[in-house]
Amino acid sequence: MGLLSFTNKGIYCKRGNFYIDPWYPVDYAVTTHGHADHVKWGNKNYLCHELTKPILQQRYGLEDQVQTLPYGKEIDINGVKLSLHPAGHVIGSAQIKLAFKDEITVVSGDYKIEFDGISTAFEPIKCHHFISESTFGLPIYKWETQEQIFDQMKNWIANNHHKNKTSILVAYSLGKAQRLIKNLADTHPIYVHHSIANLNESFAAAGVILPNTIRITAEIKKDELQKGIVIVPPALAEGRWIKNLINPAIGICSGWMAVRAGRRWRSADAGFALSDHADWPGLLNAIKATEAEKVYVTHGSTAVFSKYLNEIGIAAEEVKTKYGEEDDEGIEEKE
Amino acid sequence: MRRFSQLIQELELSNKTNDKINALVDYFNEAEDKDKPYVIALFTGKKPKRPVNTALIRQWATELSGIPEWLFTESYHNVGDLSETIALILPPAQYHLEKPLHQWMSELTLLNHKTDDEKKDYILTAWNSLTIQERFIFNKLISGNFRIGVSNKMLVNAIAKQSNEDSNKIMHSIMGKWQPDAITYDELTAGKHVNTDNSWPYPFCLAYALDTAPENLGETSTWQAEWKWDGIRGQIIKRKGELFIWSRGEELVTEQFPELHFLKDELDDGIVLDGEILAVKDGNVLPFSILQQRLNRKTIHKSQLSNAPIGFFCYDILELNGSDIRNEHLAKRRAILEQVINGLGTKHIVLLSPIIEFTGWQQLAEIRENARHINSEGIMLKKIDSIFHAGRKRGDWWKWKINPYTIDTVMIYAQKGSGRRANFYTDYTFAVRNGEQLITIAKAYSGLTDREIKEVNTFVNKNAIEKFGPVRTVKPELVFEIAFEGIAESKRHKAGLALRFPRISRWRKDKKADEINTLDDLRQLLNSTL
Repeated sequence: MGLLSFTNKGIYCKRGNFYIDPWYPVDYAVTTHGHADHVKWGNKNYLCHELTKPILQQRYGLEDQVQTLPYGKEIDINGVKLSLHPAGHVIGSAQIKLAFKDEITVVSGDYKIEFDGISTAFEPIKCHHFISESTFGLPIYKWETQEQIFDQMKNWIANNHHKNKTSILVAYSLGKAQRLIKNLADTHPIYVHHSIANLNESFAAAGVILPNTIRITAEIKKDELQKGIVIVPPALAEGRWIKNLINPAIGICSGWMAVRAGRRWRSADAGFALSDHADWPGLLNAIKATEAEKVYVTHGSTAVFSKYLNEIGIAAEEVKTKYGEEDDEGIEEKE
Repeated sequence: MRRFSQLIQELELSNKTNDKINALVDYFNEAEDKDKPYVIALFTGKKPKRPVNTALIRQWATELSGIPEWLFTESYHNVGDLSETIALILPPAQYHLEKPLHQWMSELTLLNHKTDDEKKDYILTAWNSLTIQERFIFNKLISGNFRIGVSNKMLVNAIAKQSNEDSNKIMHSIMGKWQPDAITYDELTAGKHVNTDNSWPYPFCLAYALDTAPENLGETSTWQAEWKWDGIRGQIIKRKGELFIWSRGEELVTEQFPELHFLKDELDDGIVLDGEILAVKDGNVLPFSILQQRLNRKTIHKSQLSNAPIGFFCYDILELNGSDIRNEHLAKRRAILEQVINGLGTKHIVLLSPIIEFTGWQQLAEIRENARHINSEGIMLKKIDSIFHAGRKRGDWWKWKINPYTIDTVMIYAQKGSGRRANFYTDYTFAVRNGEQLITIAKAYSGLTDREIKEVNTFVNKNAIEKFGPVRTVKPELVFEIAFEGIAESKRHKAGLALRFPRISRWRKDKKADEINTLDDLRQLLNSTL
């Protein structure tokens, strides 16, 4: 591709001498969003959306190295006009639009189409070159609406309370957790693991308004947790702490839960196919809306998805990246 | 179908037997009466004739979802289940229709006589009115294959719990002949269509593995030694003109073994025999791999009857003239057994399991070394004055097995375990060498200490090459000795061979991957056992 090249350090813009979501340290990293497979520690400079900065501060202690932009504001880097646009994936997630001469390239990072109530809604951008993820790039993945899924979740929680079970929802600290908090607020007190509480505090300091939650500490009694809703990150899902709660019932929130094998493999009590990635129709609609001449398919069902795009008349090729590999779970949703 | 759909979901989300039984009990308490016999029929593999063939269903689903054939295939590979793939891939339903299970089932039966166009119309309408989970179930109803980890025994235990009936009676009842549209759940649990008074078996008497030198058992003359046969432990019951064969798993397997049906005419009423179902030819026991061809089949072909003929080696007699004689001494029971078996008109099918004559423990140890030559897995030692205990009891009966076979293999795949071991790679796949290639030979879960598991885990994390879902391909470096009980030909495995009860016996840190066994070594072993 003209403006960008795919190098072993990441997606590189030679003209502007910057990388997008590099996986090895570089001088200048443009960051789509705060998940660990997209932003690494050790770059000299970062450029990201205003609301990704609190994540980098909280997780990596970064401060002066981070330059921010609001959505839609354009800057010029050696003739390359760069702007950030909402990707709808998590708070602060951005598509990166690059315009050089008459050619527009968009690196979408991770994205979803449905508005989740908390991340700025995805915005399609017309471009010549579109770089798309394909995490759920198979026609078996068709999400129910968020409203339907949260209804099921609320029913499950009510049923757990009725049976004196503790409802534990497993969700990524960044993104899924805030989405749950926002959509389950006002039903029961929500107790969150400290990794989530820390992020929430950073968001609050940056002006993001989140419903109230309670940080889980040793002082909180188990019967209080049992009457509320507990949210923990995936790393804790199999741990002893959960097993020692009162009649724990574990609900995993991940797009992989759409398939039975995914649900059974995780030995959860319930699986909710709530994803922060686009589903099959979502990917196709997003790509068609860009009217791109060429689509570059990264992490996920790259081979299948690019083959299908070519068949329906959209030129596409697969690109090997290290996105989606950070997490070792394999079957876990990569974010 | 909503209630049934809920049951399936509950059964699938738990891997604890108790949870599953409770889910079944709740279902039988709450479901519509007419649905229940259908559920029992589905779970026990009583399949109705498939009204529409799979190829058509698949074709319609692909058509309807507007995707190319290859993409359907890719999706199928990803999901691993055809019914589920179809359920997921179809466009969302446009409305919702709630029909009870029994109605779906009878409508599907009627479909048998319809034209393909009418069938298509019916199926497409159904798909368009069901949720994804219900569609999945509907597709399973068409195929009749409902494998969701509910064994006959588990189902029976649940029904027994719900109806407060004896589980053996329930087992007999549901294994009998009945039609789900012509029987009520209560009739089924009461066993009115069969006479469950006659079929009940005794609990099997089981032995512990000998954990001491046989010399410590004392006087040889107080012990009876027999071969330990490697087949299906069974109980044959003849009461009031009816014959029943129970397996050790408390399943009624009478229909699976027609060779034994002559006993219905030749045994007196009120007799119960304990023994082993084996593949037997001319009075000799054949390897377990031959018997395997006859197991878990709904229908048996003529060729299977001649390739894998069945016999029964009798160990014991538990009932005579309708009286329970389990409290008689073994020596007396054996004498009665010999009389009964010698009195049979048909010879060479139902035989006495021979008693091994021996005078010293050393002599018996030498005899034991020959076990493999006659397809036995060792020796059973029974006190001559022992009663037939219910279940396992220490002291009276011992099994003294020969050592397993072993081979050296290299680990090539690893997968994370479940439960306590969910964060560690504990499930491994092993390969042997075949020329330049490595070929998968066994999968094993256990046999390592927690410390070794951690060590293997670190290795996998560092040496993973590729991932396929939860599975990691790893650098073929770690050598493990695998123990197993037998070897058989297998069309299902790439190696053309399957090992019986493979498990890790030890980690051979002293060996390198080029020192492992070859596929030829295993073929030679197979040939020597046939």
